[in-house]
Amino acid sequence: MILNEGDAKKLVLAPAGINMLQGEICATAAQAAAAVQRLGRCVIKAQVPAGKRGKAGGIKLVSTAAEAENVAAEILAMRIGDYAVQGLLVEQCAAIAQEYYVAVLHAPVERATLILFSAEGGMDIEELAATKPEAIRRFIVRTPDDFSVEDAKSMLTGLDVDIAGISDLLVKLYKRYRQTDAELVEINPLALLEDGRLVALDCKFILDDAATYRQSELASAAASEEPTMLEAKGASQGLKFIELPGNVGILANGAGLTMTTMDVVQHLGGTPANFMEIGGDAYTKGEAALALVLANPNVQSLVVNFCGAFARTDVMAKGVADAWKVLKPDIPVFFSVHGTGEDEAVALIEDEFGVTPFDFMEDAVQAAIAVTK
Amino acid sequence: MSDFPIIRRTDRVLVQGMTGGQGTFWTEKMIECGTCVIGGVNPKRAGSSHLGLPIFGSVAEAVKTEQVDVTLMFIPPTLAKDAALDAITAGVRGMVILTEHIPSHDVLEIFAAAAKHGTKIVGPNTAGLVTPGAGFVGIMPGHNSNIFKPGRTGVISRSGSLGTLICLNLTRAGFGQSSFIGIGGDPMIGTTTKDALVALDHDECTDAVVMVGEIGGGMEEEAARYAVSMKKPIVAFIAGRAAPPGKRMGHAGAITAGDAGSYAGKRKALEDAGVIVVDAPRDIATALAHATKQKRAYHTA
Repeated sequence: MILNEGDAKKLVLAPAGINMLQGEICATAAQAAAAVQRLGRCVIKAQVPAGKRGKAGGIKLVSTAAEAENVAAEILAMRIGDYAVQGLLVEQCAAIAQEYYVAVLHAPVERATLILFSAEGGMDIEELAATKPEAIRRFIVRTPDDFSVEDAKSMLTGLDVDIAGISDLLVKLYKRYRQTDAELVEINPLALLEDGRLVALDCKFILDDAATYRQSELASAAASEEPTMLEAKGASQGLKFIELPGNVGILANGAGLTMTTMDVVQHLGGTPANFMEIGGDAYTKGEAALALVLANPNVQSLVVNFCGAFARTDVMAKGVADAWKVLKPDIPVFFSVHGTGEDEAVALIEDEFGVTPFDFMEDAVQAAIAVTK
Repeated sequence: MSDFPIIRRTDRVLVQGMTGGQGTFWTEKMIECGTCVIGGVNPKRAGSSHLGLPIFGSVAEAVKTEQVDVTLMFIPPTLAKDAALDAITAGVRGMVILTEHIPSHDVLEIFAAAAKHGTKIVGPNTAGLVTPGAGFVGIMPGHNSNIFKPGRTGVISRSGSLGTLICLNLTRAGFGQSSFIGIGGDPMIGTTTKDALVALDHDECTDAVVMVGEIGGGMEEEAARYAVSMKKPIVAFIAGRAAPPGKRMGHAGAITAGDAGSYAGKRKALEDAGVIVVDAPRDIATALAHATKQKRAYHTA
């Protein structure tokens, strides 16, 4: 889950005692105008979980309340990246002397935490890594909670920056990353103001989805991800469902097998209509899953591809057969079924659908594509 | 100890969470398959027995009287960290963590402790390990002889269901398996694709490797850097070519961001390393037949 900048600053950075410019989160143009009235010259920033907001016109400087009202209304009506703007952050302006980059994030390959600093902030870290990798300082924290001011100082050695001030901030940020179950907390830019203060001008925060049960305040503040109506319904039923633009519906178990079914549809010249996985604990939800796949009006044929390891194919096949009787869909279905519970599943499919499953999933997919043309 | 993450008949397995529904079901299957299960752990039922095996209050308790080589965890995500630390601090050398959705900060603590105590971990979010003819540890149909047959091809897979299908295809094409190593679908896992590849490279029972990857992360690229030096032929399939960018495809690890973790990048890295990458699961056996014949011809020439 991603938090928008304003929420990340308020809920993640502020409790750590990290400095920021004075600002207000606003939902309407009138609120933005009132905030500018109080704060004076400000930057109005689109709140949206997407990058490149400035380039997209989502960050504007304003001097008066009247100007703020117009600009705020314009920004609120925008879409940036894949998202509609979800609110505004109105923040005071300040004279900036230097911009830095700071981040604390998971390092999967090292099975540890990576701390990054660069004295050249402002641009994307990927861009910086590609063009000036020597400008990025790294530190790996292998033992959780074992990151000291001395460690921070060691990674900044030789840089012409406020080493004491930045080390203190890095330690605070790392602690906060641990406390908040963050996958990533990034400040870009971290600004050195002309008056000598270090302030976080922006903040990106990603919460580990698996930890929402113990981070309810952060989870409830997460940015809206704009799922489609059917995707939202799937999520509420504990199903991993993603709508795609094609016409071959897919029902499979396990993330790997489901992706592979999509891949084979594409490889054989068809277009997948969805990702729908009912493996793991969801293998008993065949009925609800099928209802979602078939609710997409673009679906012209269906591939049911099960290979049971943990998931029992007989239970999944029964779910599909039950749903079929209720929904009575007017489209052809093509099966391939192997693994745990295979004999019972095949017998049930032969009984209920009058067809024998294809031996190879590739043949089931081929047949499903053929009827869409 | 043993060849972990390759499971052997002699590995003594303790099942954490054996008394639950899934723990019971799969422990029975493992025993039926020849796995040497020596007992289970349940703090509330210490001293009792289940499936004719002793139940201990903790792994620490079990190792006082029993030799334990591997533990298998049927433990829900909120309790997984404590259970893992119990096994690690008890000095167990190998662990298989099946649990999906363990908070990643708990996983960081598990790995740090494992590194300190010298414990090898497979998972989290894995379906387990199978050595056909010797046994299995996890939630794989290792007992189903239509799917798994003894042979000389090693299989590495992030996914349990896709890995099962690929082993079935191999078996039907006449390629039995020396070992199946399910590494798990999470972004941060104890045994990476490369770690599993190294194990199979050193395994005398393995002549060739099938690698089943997925989009996301950098594990296939890391494995490719090792594959360059390998003499055993490798055939790979990477799932997720048709996945839209920026969306998590079921597995937490299966997500691309920009070029990082993309299908094209992984395929190129593997092909540059001499790995044969196929477009559909069905093509794996054909490619393997071709590659092993070619290798044999090369070695005898």
